[in-house]
Amino acid sequence: MTVHVRTTINAEPQEFLCEPGETLLEALRSRLGLTGTKEGCATGDCGACSVLLDGRLVPACLVLAAEVSGREVLTVEGVATGDTLHPVQQKFLEHAALQCGVCTPGFVVAAKALLDHNDDPTEEQVRYWLAGNLCRCTGYDKIVRAVLDAAADMRGVTV
Amino acid sequence: MSTATKTFEHVGTRPIRHDGLDKVTGRANYGADYALPGMLHGYVVRSPHAHARIVSIDTSAAEAMAGVKAVVTGSDIPKTNAKLVMGEAALDLGAMGDNALAHDKALYEGHAVAAVAATSPEIASAAAEAIRVVYEPLQPVMNVDQALAPDALILHDGMVTKGRPKPDAPTRTNVALRMELTRGDLDKGFAGADVVIERTFTTPMVHQGYIEPHACVARWGEDGQVVVWTSTQGHFVVRDCCAGILGIDAARIKVIPSEIGGGFGGKIPVYLEPVAIALARKAHRPVKLVMSREDVFRASGPTSGTKIRVKLGAKKDGSFVAASASLYYEAGAYAGSPAGAGAMCAIAAYDIPNFLVEAYDIVVNRPKVAAYRAPGAPAAAFAVESVVDEVARRLGKDPIELRLQNAVREGDQAAYGPEFGPIGLREVLEAARCHPHWKAPLVPQPGRKVGRGVACGFWFNAGLNSSATVSLSADGSANVVTGNPDIGGTRVAQALMVSEELGIPVERVRPIVADTDSIGYNDVTGGSRVCYATGMAVIEAARDAQAQLRARAAKIWDVPVEQVGWERGRAIALNGASGREPLTVSELAAKLMHTGGPIIGSATVNAPMAGPAFGAHICDLEVDEDTGVSRVVRYTVVQDVGKAVHPSYVEGQMQGGASQGIGWALNEEYVYDAEGHLQNPGFLDYRMPVASDLPMIDTVIIEVANPLHPYGVRGVGEVPIVPPLAAVANAMHDATRVRFTALPLSPPRVLAALKQRG
Repeated sequence: MTVHVRTTINAEPQEFLCEPGETLLEALRSRLGLTGTKEGCATGDCGACSVLLDGRLVPACLVLAAEVSGREVLTVEGVATGDTLHPVQQKFLEHAALQCGVCTPGFVVAAKALLDHNDDPTEEQVRYWLAGNLCRCTGYDKIVRAVLDAAADMRGVTV
Repeated sequence: MSTATKTFEHVGTRPIRHDGLDKVTGRANYGADYALPGMLHGYVVRSPHAHARIVSIDTSAAEAMAGVKAVVTGSDIPKTNAKLVMGEAALDLGAMGDNALAHDKALYEGHAVAAVAATSPEIASAAAEAIRVVYEPLQPVMNVDQALAPDALILHDGMVTKGRPKPDAPTRTNVALRMELTRGDLDKGFAGADVVIERTFTTPMVHQGYIEPHACVARWGEDGQVVVWTSTQGHFVVRDCCAGILGIDAARIKVIPSEIGGGFGGKIPVYLEPVAIALARKAHRPVKLVMSREDVFRASGPTSGTKIRVKLGAKKDGSFVAASASLYYEAGAYAGSPAGAGAMCAIAAYDIPNFLVEAYDIVVNRPKVAAYRAPGAPAAAFAVESVVDEVARRLGKDPIELRLQNAVREGDQAAYGPEFGPIGLREVLEAARCHPHWKAPLVPQPGRKVGRGVACGFWFNAGLNSSATVSLSADGSANVVTGNPDIGGTRVAQALMVSEELGIPVERVRPIVADTDSIGYNDVTGGSRVCYATGMAVIEAARDAQAQLRARAAKIWDVPVEQVGWERGRAIALNGASGREPLTVSELAAKLMHTGGPIIGSATVNAPMAGPAFGAHICDLEVDEDTGVSRVVRYTVVQDVGKAVHPSYVEGQMQGGASQGIGWALNEEYVYDAEGHLQNPGFLDYRMPVASDLPMIDTVIIEVANPLHPYGVRGVGEVPIVPPLAAVANAMHDATRVRFTALPLSPPRVLAALKQRG
């Protein structure tokens, strides 16, 4: 039995067929070619597959593909607008907030989700919000700084 | 602080990395992101037993299933005695092949015994379940004490202790190697000591914890040509390992590296690649293999659990007079722990006239260990730096002062043999002593104790072999090609080196990591060697291109090439040719096709030596005495890096290494039950630091130029994981007055010790 899914991904209508037990992560990567969303654990512990589902931050490995019918999914591929990077993406580059970069898509999506509803977070708020995203390379220092700087940028403040 | 005299125009700046855009937008391709037309999905069958003889494997039911295209077992991997030389070490390809698919025995839980390729992942996993493996379970040997017991089961019949076994060592053994380093007269040394501290320490097996699981795709062509796409720290080594393991000609294998999602040493060995090739050969279709996170924990290459006894003697004035240490390292299922490296690093920071350090490499029924950032050194430093801390307390000395008093300096003979050239240990310790962190008062919060610890760390760093080319375009831009997967920003560093030599803006230099067909040989990305050794190849290649540019200028000016110099990216006329306006790279490049054609600079490097490096870390730890939970509240990393090419990524290495070490100290450990089943093969229960666990990590870059490198560069990536285990444990002692000798300092262990202390 396959399931027919009609959904919106990165502001574009999408249709696909999937197995009932297939995760959103598998569908994004294998069926739709959206490999920016990474699999680090498939158990919801690492955050590498973070996406927004109707604006809410979720790990795509814990969502069934069939569940996104009629809903809106945002992946890392949809975070930039045209040729303009999201401030989080720009600040990650400027602050050298990535090394190997495999956790970066998850962090970009998670940080965007934070700044969507709080454009002036404290360092502690950033650290707790991002506690669901594992990074093994950076020790988080430059990531936290990049997110705080992106928030300032979005508020029109220079730090 | 800098002792480097050379001034730089580009090196030392912080441009945006060239590969950054693809990584923040999700476009960068990692190992699991590759797919080929007609590709099959593989699944690996793994042993549920930690130690078992494989009696039989029946694959017939699996092979009969619709959609199953190939099944392989150990019989598809020839047994071999071949070795692959890598620097002074050699990879045992027989063991690596047996680890990829077991031949006779399963040696740890998760050991691969068979693999399937099928048209979908679901069919592949169903077929894997249909494979009938009959095991004869054996008693597992899970740790050093069990492996050394007189009645211990022997993992490998015929194992003999290499190196310098003790005369009375048993002939049937799990000890693969014993080595020792010795100097002076140990008994006399200890007899002259006023204070002697002796302790035995243990550290658990831990994992590198890279976020990207191992993944590869292999294709076997009708003509026998093989292509492998894989996430690896060294695609040339993947090529040569696969050739040796499978008994095929390396000239038939092309390996294309993906972006690599972390490695830290764990992506040097091959696990999946030979299996994927064997499946692809049988199936006549490309095959993809991806490890699950559980597979990564159970069956890749974590680092050794250790047991280390240290004895240190000092005079009242603080001078160290004698030291002895015995280091026992679990190798996992096959010989090859970093015990020897641990022994060589153990007391490398100190000038001690009398010592004996011995190391044992011991096989146990756990996954075969792989390199993990300064392999062997963190556990050794935990033991030695804890004892140094205790000596300081006993003598009432400041722990940094005591270290400075005994610190090695240029000209000293290192405990591991060679004479030190210029080294920065004293500069590092002095910077730590002057740092505001060291002087700041400790402020306990209500209900919590707070303490401060300090520790040193040392790592040799590696040189090895590298190749690079630098090609100029007619528009004055360039590309720089090497063969080292870029784990942490080495491409932008290499581009900066080309900028420095040729005067081309860094954004007009394109750095590329090429596959095994497209660039000369490069050893692995490891040993903190890429910025150093491959960097040297890049600088030499750029200088080769620069020499060719000077020759073109000479041609344009119609003067002998000796009368053309090079300064800040321009050819300049020297004595005898003066009066001519300098020619920039762009001007020379625009005339390339009229002055002799394209220019490619190339260079290879064979660097037997590197610049050894030291660091010192300061840690403030807050401990909740009611729950045993502790938390790092302030942390400072001071390190001699020789020369920071891109300081942001140097700081990143220092911060990342420190946080891995903090995780090792506080929470991370492999937990096995008595039967050898791993109890925590996931990120929920294998607890790595998350953002809310850590403070900002302050960094102090010290630059004592390494004379072996044209810019003074030393390796950076490994040193920072060496001090944290001891820095955290010393802070814990400062906070609680309990000397912890076993890691991790997890809440239950801390709580139990505090109860015992009363």
